[in-house]
Amino acid sequence: MSELTLLLIRLAFLALLWFFVIAAVGVIRTDLFGPRTAPASARKPAKQAKPMAKPKQKKGEPRQLIVTGGPLQGTIINLTEMPITIGRANDATLVLSDDYASSRHARLFPQDGQWILEDLGSTNGTYLERSKVTRPTPVPLGVPIRIGKTVIELRK
Amino acid sequence: MSAAEAMPVPMTAKRRGAQLGMLAFAVLIVMGAYASVGLGINGEIPSGMLTYGLGLGGLMLAAYLVLARFAPWADPLLLPLVTLVNGLGLVMIYRIEQTGQDGANATNQLMWTALGVVMFAATVIVLKDHRILQRFTYTAGFAGLVLLVLPVLPLLGTEINGSRIWIHIGGFSIQPGEFAKLALVIFFAGYLVAKRDVLALAGRRLLFIDLPRARDLGPVLITWGVSIAVLVLEKDLGTSLLLFGAFIAMLYIATQRTSWVLIGILLFVGGAILAGQIFSHVQVRFNGWLNAESNDLYFDGVSYQLMEGLFAIGSGGILGTGLGEGHPRRIPFSFSDFIFSATGEELGLTGLMALLMIYALIVERGLRTALASRDPFSKLLAGGLSFILAWQVFIIVGGVTRLIPLTGLVTPFMSAGGSALLANWMLIALLVRMSDAARRPPPQAIQDEGLTQVMQR
Repeated sequence: MSELTLLLIRLAFLALLWFFVIAAVGVIRTDLFGPRTAPASARKPAKQAKPMAKPKQKKGEPRQLIVTGGPLQGTIINLTEMPITIGRANDATLVLSDDYASSRHARLFPQDGQWILEDLGSTNGTYLERSKVTRPTPVPLGVPIRIGKTVIELRK
Repeated sequence: MSAAEAMPVPMTAKRRGAQLGMLAFAVLIVMGAYASVGLGINGEIPSGMLTYGLGLGGLMLAAYLVLARFAPWADPLLLPLVTLVNGLGLVMIYRIEQTGQDGANATNQLMWTALGVVMFAATVIVLKDHRILQRFTYTAGFAGLVLLVLPVLPLLGTEINGSRIWIHIGGFSIQPGEFAKLALVIFFAGYLVAKRDVLALAGRRLLFIDLPRARDLGPVLITWGVSIAVLVLEKDLGTSLLLFGAFIAMLYIATQRTSWVLIGILLFVGGAILAGQIFSHVQVRFNGWLNAESNDLYFDGVSYQLMEGLFAIGSGGILGTGLGEGHPRRIPFSFSDFIFSATGEELGLTGLMALLMIYALIVERGLRTALASRDPFSKLLAGGLSFILAWQVFIIVGGVTRLIPLTGLVTPFMSAGGSALLANWMLIALLVRMSDAARRPPPQAIQDEGLTQVMQR
């Protein structure tokens, strides 16, 4: 086996190793930007079309729910078509471990392109900005919702 | 399950295809490495390449099928990344075995890998919901302590290479400390979930840091005492550092208070200096680190291993000597503690960086799982497990590169050693289980407007 071949094998192996790392990072990318990046949708237009009647997300609509305060700070929930429940119950979408939260405290659900906040009869109340939520109220982008010690916001 | 599949959920995809692809890629790289070792040594592709490669591939395929069936939403990258590190470890041990160094045995390591994968699969299958572990908080703590203490007991424990961390059962020797760290992380997570409010909120503010109350220091002091005891009784600096670091990191994750970290570092440094003054073996280690280049220490054998490891990494340079063309036999125990140095010689800085990147990615996936989890126990457990993996890599890599004093820890998934491999595969199984729970889309309501939620268990 000549020196040159061995050198080439060595370089090829290192390149392969790094290619693996880069491929792994490529898989992670979808975590950060969602699976519907431009090349992905271009490649699989058929799959996109199949689940029809899925309303297209408009530009002004919120896509994420972010916890900005309290023990769960930093948690991000991507918004889908499904309602989100918040409370201490284990089956809530966002499980709070907060003495001031009720087990089923509040609910967020989409309606006509807006997200509506509804208090589910909680003991200590749900606040949208400063005002207490008494009936289902639309939530604008970036306005803090306060539940006990937890603050959440809708973001794009 | 089928309902969830039919629903277009933009947030997470299962990405099983990507997982399978990456897995195949990892196995392919490992087989390439085998071939490269053979070509480097004697210009022939080793006869064992297909056996080892297909063996590893078959194992991983089985693990993949278990994941697809029992944890379909699990993180797609954890398994392939671990496979590659484990496979590279196998190749390096095979390569060191070829030099005739005593103790290096690739077949043994492959068998332990198989057992590790079985443990991984068993954990994923048996543990349907990791939150059950929260109920066993104190049981886990007790089990962890017992496992730590076992090697000290007179009949069971044996002292090998100056550390009393092995026990003999039947014909096997096991390091119970490796499993103790898993049990203790579960204990820390459960304990801190219950106590974190009082730890985070009570206390007074002095200058710019929040000081905790004196009585809340109890658990920190106890953990500190245990890790110092490990250091003194078992002469195992690595496990001691690992445990205490993990506890402080989890305390920080739970309370977000810098004061705990400062207190922890001060306590440990104080304890270590004290132990260094009193106990000779700590002193010897420390001296061997600080004055490693001194001729006396080198020829006495105190810093011989460390310096040979550094020479190996140095002669590897940027691109390495190539697999099968280094001299790993010069480093004592190059197949266990010093496998990182041996790899550094043959793959060079480029290869080592790729290896560290892979470790970093595994940890990143773990921390990502912690972020995505929805309840505090899972957050702490995932954070703690990922941290302990990263911390372990730091301690051993820092040790062999002479950044910190050398401690005998295994390089996760690479070093020869059954207990560590089994324990780390179980750790990955826990992370996989948690990432499955975290990435699974939330249960969906049956009616459009209704308070009833579908429970998914």
